[in-house]
Amino acid sequence: MPEMVDTTIKTPDEFSEHLMFDPLPRGKMNDMVMESMQITSWKFWVVAGFLGMVVLVCLFGAWGYLINEGLGVAGVNRPAYWGIFLVNTVFWIGISHAGTFVSALLRVFKAEFRRPFTRAAELMTTFGLVQAGLSIFMHMGRVWLFYFLAPYPNERGLWPNFHSPLSWDFLAITTYLLASTMYLFLPLIPDHAMARDRSKGWRKTLYRTLALGFRGTEGEWTHLRTAMNIFAFAILPVMFSVHTIVSWDFAAAMRPGWSSTIFGPYFVIGALQSGIAAVGMVLVVVRATMKNMKYFIRLEVFDSLGKLMLIISMSWAYFFFNDYLVQWYNGDKFTDILLHFHESGPLGWMWFMMLIFNIVIPWALLWNKKIRRNPAILFTIGLLINVAMYFERYVIVPISLTINRMPFTWRLYKPGIEVWLSLGTFAFFVLLYMLASRIVPLVPVWEVQEGQMAHSLRKVGKATVPAVSELE
Amino acid sequence: MDNKSENKVVHKWGMVIDQDICTGCQACVVACAMENNISFVGEEDAGYGRNMQWIRVERFWEGEYPEVRSTPFQPVLCQQCGSAPCEPVCPVFASVHSEGQQINMQVYNRCVGTRYCANNCPYQVREFNWRDYERPTPLENQLNPNVTVRRRGVMEKCNFCVQRIISGEDKAKSEGRTPGDGEIVPACMQACPTDAIVFGRLDDPDSLVSKLAKDGRGIKLLEDLGTEPAVTYLKGGSSYARNG
Repeated sequence: MPEMVDTTIKTPDEFSEHLMFDPLPRGKMNDMVMESMQITSWKFWVVAGFLGMVVLVCLFGAWGYLINEGLGVAGVNRPAYWGIFLVNTVFWIGISHAGTFVSALLRVFKAEFRRPFTRAAELMTTFGLVQAGLSIFMHMGRVWLFYFLAPYPNERGLWPNFHSPLSWDFLAITTYLLASTMYLFLPLIPDHAMARDRSKGWRKTLYRTLALGFRGTEGEWTHLRTAMNIFAFAILPVMFSVHTIVSWDFAAAMRPGWSSTIFGPYFVIGALQSGIAAVGMVLVVVRATMKNMKYFIRLEVFDSLGKLMLIISMSWAYFFFNDYLVQWYNGDKFTDILLHFHESGPLGWMWFMMLIFNIVIPWALLWNKKIRRNPAILFTIGLLINVAMYFERYVIVPISLTINRMPFTWRLYKPGIEVWLSLGTFAFFVLLYMLASRIVPLVPVWEVQEGQMAHSLRKVGKATVPAVSELE
Repeated sequence: MDNKSENKVVHKWGMVIDQDICTGCQACVVACAMENNISFVGEEDAGYGRNMQWIRVERFWEGEYPEVRSTPFQPVLCQQCGSAPCEPVCPVFASVHSEGQQINMQVYNRCVGTRYCANNCPYQVREFNWRDYERPTPLENQLNPNVTVRRRGVMEKCNFCVQRIISGEDKAKSEGRTPGDGEIVPACMQACPTDAIVFGRLDDPDSLVSKLAKDGRGIKLLEDLGTEPAVTYLKGGSSYARNG
């Protein structure tokens, strides 16, 4: 259908909306990134101070109180032995998925729009996993004995139970945290070297240590590229396995609403759903608040992320209805009661909000290019998707636990101190991110520069066409 | 090592609960709490589903008052499953099977409080220590010295009064015999005024509990899950007279 082909000829100016076709001199770009780290307004410290207070009181204060008093101060009861702590764990692991997804998958597939924000997304992975780890420890009755979960040699010959999905979980999350931290660190080495050469004082010492003596020789680059390539491919199966294993905590249990064979991929898609939306939100904030970021994070980034969000929302809808249909079809009496409890129980509004925010709103809006390119609207959609995904986990954990096979014990869960601790994890995530933005170059400068070198405009007759050459 | 295997006594302990003669008097609940040092959680926590009872008497009825077709009371305790869902999910082996008694045990010192076992228990009979509960003087004098006192953050549950089983088995062994039928009695059975609870060895076909378990009225709770419970419920025949 020739009439559908875009035959308009773009002028070189029109290409300059793309970061890859709008290069700046290297020195200037390096200075811009250094500036964005070093110039801090008083507003930053006000917000950081406030968040620090929240973390102190709501996270560490409330947690200390919880440890001292026991889980009675939380809302967990019989039959909802698991509550918001587990919701938070699943939620934060979900958030942490986006970093790897954006960075590794898009790197493997050579998606060019990833270049300016891989770092911003990888930082989310690491800091999200910190919150997930904290949440799972908050949940434990005797957290001071957490090392029982680790396989360490001891005089009693006691080992963890490798049959338990929680043991798999412990190993999977630890592996993911270590792997994603290394994967965050590797591409940082050239940027640290860049920062080392452009800073003084304590920063110089810090970056000198972190840069590991990187000088930018051909051999160093070759090694670094090989290492990053290995990590990008190796971390992808780890990423998929982590959330699958988290889903097995539920799917391997014999409870109505939990023992569902499709939970693995359903959870992975759910994680990407909330994670990509969160990447969008973080980028909007970074772009609006940090110096020079409007150059690096352009509307084309939001455009691409919006498309990703739309596709993932559609996949999520598919898995959601598939999960429901199969559970309903099995005809178990208690599963049937539970599925009706989801939509018509006292927290049915949560179930409907989940569907509206996760499906209706993204589908109604994200097809539109103008909306995708509007940071404020994209931020709002991302926020709503994250609220919906939080509700989804809430439906799966405490609401589904309300209904079991002994009707005598049915009782609704009411959150207690968990609410404050949840606020604490959110504040801690933002605080860590803010502090990191002062220390870590939030834009991988070398990756942007590499991309800009690979992209060029060629004249073919009267037309200007983009050309991408393969480096390496 | 030899000493260990020599000590291994394999008895399969089991229970029969006759719902047709249970009056729902809750004596078993009280006796169990006394025997096993179970904490009293107070009104507020109990109302919020945190009551600690290793045995609870469930009450069901059909129809609206006053046309209530009452069915008997159903005392629910740990079913000591042969294939227990709580055991494989514990990450630290705090929920284990005792070889010698075929009972599902909880190792308090090992429990870290993930509460996965309680989620996976289809009978919802596991109790969690949500707090350190008060035991005002002189109530500490009432504690049973043969049973561990649990602290906050630990899961606990019925173990068929394993302290009584072990001491009974030890006594029988020192006299060179196996424990006789009716020799070992858990607290709930001891307290039951109507003898609705019968306990004994299921591996002995002549024991009362084995005979009753084969009774035509016998059902197992949620049997289709394949948990192989060691507790049999009898219900449905009002003209039944016990012959044991």
